[in-house]
Amino acid sequence: MVGVRKSFGATHALKNVSFEVGPGEVHALIGENGAGKSTLMKVLSGAYQADTGQIELDGERFVPKDPLHARRSGIAMIYQELSLAPHLSVEENVLLGEEPHRFGWLNRPRRRTVAREALAELHHENISLDAPVSRLTIAEQQIVEIARALIGSPKVLIMDEPTSSLTQVDAENLFTVIDRLRQRDVSIVYISHFLEECQRVAARYTVLRDGESVGAGGMASARLNDIIRLMVGREIQDIYPRTSHALGKPVLELQALRGVAKPRSANLILHEGEILGIAGLIGTGRTETLRACFGLDRIKSGSVWVGSRESTHSSPTRRLAEGIGLLSENRKEEGLLLNRTLADNLTLTRYGPVSKLGLVNRHRQRQCAQDWLARLEVRAQSPEQAVSELSGGNQQKIAVGRLLHHNARIFLLDEPTRGIDVGSKVQIYKLLDELAAQGKAVVFVSSYLPELLGVCDTIGVMCRGVLSAVRPAREWNEHTLMAAAIGQWQAATS
Amino acid sequence: MSDPSRFNRRRVGRLLNAIGPVFGLALVIGLFSLSPAVRAHFFTGVNCKIILLQTVIVAIGALGMTMIIISGGIDLSVGSVVALTSVVGATSLVKGYAPVTAIALTIAVAGGIGLINGLIIAGFRMMPFIVTLGMMGVARGTAKWLADNQTVNAPKSCVNNLMDMLDPLHFFPLPLGIWITMALAVVMAVVMQRTIFGRYIFAIGSNEATARLCGIRVGPMKVAIYALAGLLFGLAGLMQMSRLTQGDPTVAIGLELDIIAAVVIGGASLNGGTGSISGSIIGALIMAVLRSGSSQMNWPNFVQEIIIGIVIILAVGLDKFRQRKAAF
Repeated sequence: MVGVRKSFGATHALKNVSFEVGPGEVHALIGENGAGKSTLMKVLSGAYQADTGQIELDGERFVPKDPLHARRSGIAMIYQELSLAPHLSVEENVLLGEEPHRFGWLNRPRRRTVAREALAELHHENISLDAPVSRLTIAEQQIVEIARALIGSPKVLIMDEPTSSLTQVDAENLFTVIDRLRQRDVSIVYISHFLEECQRVAARYTVLRDGESVGAGGMASARLNDIIRLMVGREIQDIYPRTSHALGKPVLELQALRGVAKPRSANLILHEGEILGIAGLIGTGRTETLRACFGLDRIKSGSVWVGSRESTHSSPTRRLAEGIGLLSENRKEEGLLLNRTLADNLTLTRYGPVSKLGLVNRHRQRQCAQDWLARLEVRAQSPEQAVSELSGGNQQKIAVGRLLHHNARIFLLDEPTRGIDVGSKVQIYKLLDELAAQGKAVVFVSSYLPELLGVCDTIGVMCRGVLSAVRPAREWNEHTLMAAAIGQWQAATS
Repeated sequence: MSDPSRFNRRRVGRLLNAIGPVFGLALVIGLFSLSPAVRAHFFTGVNCKIILLQTVIVAIGALGMTMIIISGGIDLSVGSVVALTSVVGATSLVKGYAPVTAIALTIAVAGGIGLINGLIIAGFRMMPFIVTLGMMGVARGTAKWLADNQTVNAPKSCVNNLMDMLDPLHFFPLPLGIWITMALAVVMAVVMQRTIFGRYIFAIGSNEATARLCGIRVGPMKVAIYALAGLLFGLAGLMQMSRLTQGDPTVAIGLELDIIAAVVIGGASLNGGTGSISGSIIGALIMAVLRSGSSQMNWPNFVQEIIIGIVIILAVGLDKFRQRKAAF
């Protein structure tokens, strides 16, 4: 088997990416959230088509038409989110879609043999073939997923963040499995944020940034600091309005807050007039911290202080009464009533000013919504329009507008700029700055480091469920934030 | 964005949305009046009165069901609850309670069943479909038990006047039941459209996660919705008893499906978040007109059933079609 070479030139998500993997080689693909790793892998596995550029497999030109074609050609993919059918048995999952059959009749004994062999190859014969997958641990499920990928002897195996939901021990087991696959001459593309893992399993690496491959080399000779620099090396544009905020009294404090699974320990003190950023990778528990704090998720231990009063266990209703508002990261599924009107969405949490004795005054509600639409420069035709008819940026303004209408004094914002256009982003930055200037307090969770550095007064980094060490924003730079996010504290503090 | 033609199209779309069921009703009446034999009788005041009277039970049920369906739920126990309440009403009259007491007791029993439904659905986060399916059996069984598997003849009282034709030769005076239904429809329309309670129901049905995020106490709201709807179902049961002048534990089998059909024909989505009281009332009228028209055409019962089935599918199909158009 000759090396696999791919080079693409798609418009936005991927500009110019090339890398190659040899047989039996583990190649680490490193990059920030949104650097284009997933898009690249989707092109490779046939989910997307590349606009330009080409892929070579075994020295021959290869154009994957769809995932099935890619799979039949020897490219298997293990997704970040496990994609098993939870009610079906291990055996059924391993051979899902590839069932041995004769004229449509399932060949059960054959299926059993194949599934058993696949697990044996991974040295995990201990997993019962008849157990429903939902009964297995996450690590075992991952093994089933790998076993499924190995059916049909793939030449290339793509693993997207395989350790993101594993414990240290399970991760170590996974590395042993990877070593074993390498000996079978399977090429592995290993996508991860965690550099120490990449060092452990990979021989070579390629760094992706903004859809381009910006560096590559041998893992053994690489210095972590250089890789981190390659990951973040961007210029901060001048789109962040900055006025100095005078910090007042503390309004919200989290002490060693622990949720059901995440966060493990979240600590912060938020003051009046402060914009506090929380950096970190996706899945480290930032969203869960905000949800627990807002009373949406259960708190196992630790405490929440609002002003000078302890109020750990709470509900959204009570939090809103305390003047705390949460902006969900998931605008479509949680943030907005998509098929209801703009006016209903804006006034939902506080009907007080537009109603009397429980009766909503439609005219006042409309007027009030109209005012917010104008103030937030929402491009809409009428307050009676359904939210779903607006663009992403304008929808987000409606979601933020609801918190403003509620007169919140503490804003918990989860990825407020995700998936919206630059113009709307700048408006949201400006708005946050104004809020802080009025003495309101903002917690700003984002995966986009330049905006955190540009907008926040203080920034904390969350890594593997722990948030500590909130420091003034000027003491951070992208390099140190990224280092802290991937658990390289030495690099972060040096 | 501010393209005027798009703006107009959206307004036209919303207008269509509002008059859709009215148009459907007009169409149904129009089709029946094609036949000269039916036309002669169809538009008489007495016939209209009969149709209205036949709509009362489904319409009152639809008032409660609309609220439940807009909140994203469903209630399958209505038919059984109507049977049970008719038995409770008749039995308490037999036992010599004053009519007012009997009425109060009847409605309270149904409200209590709704309350239990709501508590189970909200408390254990169970599917309304399952909970009310179970309650359907429980209520029906209880009705048969209470009535000792027989009909209970109610002694003559003012309760019977609710659904009495009064003057069988003229449109007026209308029976009290029709007036009550109309008044309740207006009240419920105001509740759904104008009160915060009503807006919260729409919010929960539109997206429960968002409603929770926005501080709406989703659990207590659901309990209130099912309990309030239960009271209305109790009233429907009272009307049932008044019409037959007896409590019958085997009456109103499948009534819930008629009611759900009326609500859906009226433009509500079983996914929650959309629907209207006016639409549901018109939906109930469409079904009553279809029944009445079919029997005047001397069509056998099975033809009626087939036609109503087709109308339900057509109504919802058209709605989907319209929504897909509106998405662009």
